[in-house]
Amino acid sequence: MIIEAQGLTKTYQSKTGPVHALTGLDLQVPRGTVKALLGPNGAGKTTVVKMLTTLIRPDAGTAVIDGIDVVRNPKSVRRIIGVSGQYAAVDENLTGFENLEMVGRLYHLGGAAARKRAQELIDLFELTAAGNRPVKGFSGGMRRRIDLAGALVINPKVLFLDEPTTGLDPRSRIALWDVIKRLVADGTTVLLTTQYLEEADQLADDIVVIDDGRVIAGGTSDQLKAQIGGHRVVVALVDAADSAAARDILARYGSGDPAVSADGRGVDVAVTDGPTALQNILADLRSAEITLHDAGMRRPTLDDVFLKLTGHKADLTVNDDDSAGPKLSKRAQAKRDQTRGANADTADLEEVK
Amino acid sequence: MSARHASVPVEPPMASGLAPGESRVATLPPLPTWNPLSLWYSDGWTVTKRNLIKIKRSPDMLVFAVIQPIMFVLLFSQVYGGAIAVAGSDYTQFLMAGIFAQTVVFGATFSGAAMALDLKEGIIDRFRSLPMNASAVLIGRTNGDLVLNTISMVIMMATGLAVGWRVNTSPLEVLAGVGLLLLFGYAFSWVMALLGMSVKSPEVINNASFLILFPLTFVSNAFVPSETLPTVLRTFAEWNPVSALVQAVRQLFGNLGTAPVPDVWTLQNPIQTVLLGITVMLLVFVPLCIRKFASISSR
Repeated sequence: MIIEAQGLTKTYQSKTGPVHALTGLDLQVPRGTVKALLGPNGAGKTTVVKMLTTLIRPDAGTAVIDGIDVVRNPKSVRRIIGVSGQYAAVDENLTGFENLEMVGRLYHLGGAAARKRAQELIDLFELTAAGNRPVKGFSGGMRRRIDLAGALVINPKVLFLDEPTTGLDPRSRIALWDVIKRLVADGTTVLLTTQYLEEADQLADDIVVIDDGRVIAGGTSDQLKAQIGGHRVVVALVDAADSAAARDILARYGSGDPAVSADGRGVDVAVTDGPTALQNILADLRSAEITLHDAGMRRPTLDDVFLKLTGHKADLTVNDDDSAGPKLSKRAQAKRDQTRGANADTADLEEVK
Repeated sequence: MSARHASVPVEPPMASGLAPGESRVATLPPLPTWNPLSLWYSDGWTVTKRNLIKIKRSPDMLVFAVIQPIMFVLLFSQVYGGAIAVAGSDYTQFLMAGIFAQTVVFGATFSGAAMALDLKEGIIDRFRSLPMNASAVLIGRTNGDLVLNTISMVIMMATGLAVGWRVNTSPLEVLAGVGLLLLFGYAFSWVMALLGMSVKSPEVINNASFLILFPLTFVSNAFVPSETLPTVLRTFAEWNPVSALVQAVRQLFGNLGTAPVPDVWTLQNPIQTVLLGITVMLLVFVPLCIRKFASISSR
């Protein structure tokens, strides 16, 4: 194990009383693997990353990275890790190159090696055209790439990615995934946090689901999906009176109980073989002469995972204390709004061809 | 600047999934060859350079540092100057030391605002996750203020000379006066840096700074003689370190005039008072800032 954490605990004081960000979290990451921490805002993901990257101290518990104690020897830990956060931590006034050179110098590579490495990363991240312009003018996706490049100035033993694509548009997200996948192929150990099941699925070997500051489930992406079903078939009825009949039909092909929406017009169910189940369901609905407004398959979202594991929906609206303070700052508010938008993107129905 | 930095061995290109022929830098720099002092110096200089580039690329900062002092000199000497009579001195001669002191003190607010902004934008997190010296960010920040204040000083002195201000002492004393102003501003930068790391947002710091800066600079002998103030304010003004700074600078520039110096130790011995003030500010706020820096993270 390159990361070994036990009983990590952190409580923040706020005006409304103590906020338990972490309540005894254990985490093991084998060398050379990619682990995703999956959870909603306020679950404690960022707190874990901040502890492991020496930014905040745990109230209790221990964490060791590559044999080095994070609390006792933070400076040695900093020498072997790379961190890229959810807000691109780059200096707006510096060019991409200058940002990376500065980071290299602060890793104590020396001037010549820092410049050489900065140029390599600019080329690697295809920022050549923008490398000599102040970051101010960069798009969100380009800033993230510079920030990610900053985490790779040394060849880190462990790379921490804290919500690497939160707030990015779908195209930039996929581009960034490609970059991360190439790094991962190189054998770098990665700990990433995300609120998107799809992201964890795309990038990670192993997923840990956290809620309320502790681990509630873990396993490979396939294992998690086996628990919640691979896809969901979703139908929208024209007439709510058909909901009971539609529910029965969906139950025939689903791997669990179908869910009916509050207005009675939306029915969905988890299925193991999506396309076949969808065909069968549509055929049966047609025989039953139930008219549809819309129908399709969608991948499970964090909400589905949570519903299955905890019995409640992933709460993306309250308890946003994931960053170091319990108070909901304007920034957290903005982040939350972005998050909602992004969730809407990924929850879009997949069109049936 | 970086001649002493030994470059680290670069591993030969390895087959990787990244890009063909891409070379990787060794993970662990050979730290033992760096002595702590050169590391400290190198880190401090690296961050200072960052702030100098920022000054160069943000015209608003330069405007603040250049235009505002010119404006103050002209405003006070030409607009108020006719109405304010100072016993034993011409107002312009009296005024300039006050403007100098006010400007270097105001210049320190950049450190406060910049620390608050860096914290908000997450750059502090980046710095804190690097194996750099914990004081380097603060040293680089306060050095940036020092450079801005130096630019402001040159501009102000030139403007002052243009409106009839004159120094009446030796070049050495003038240099000492300028040095005292810049050192005071530098030490005050650390005070503001601590404030910047303690507030909830960069917007707060501007308001908070003014709550400190206005009483400090205006309830002093900077623009009017302290003996003209009502008792309570006069006592504050006489013990205000900014007053001692202004008094010391008037003395070193030969702008005291013939008015008697108030019978208070701080103003009778202004240079000693200012040096003491600078020492105390640095001894108290440098360690406080470094400690604070080691525990902050973006919110």
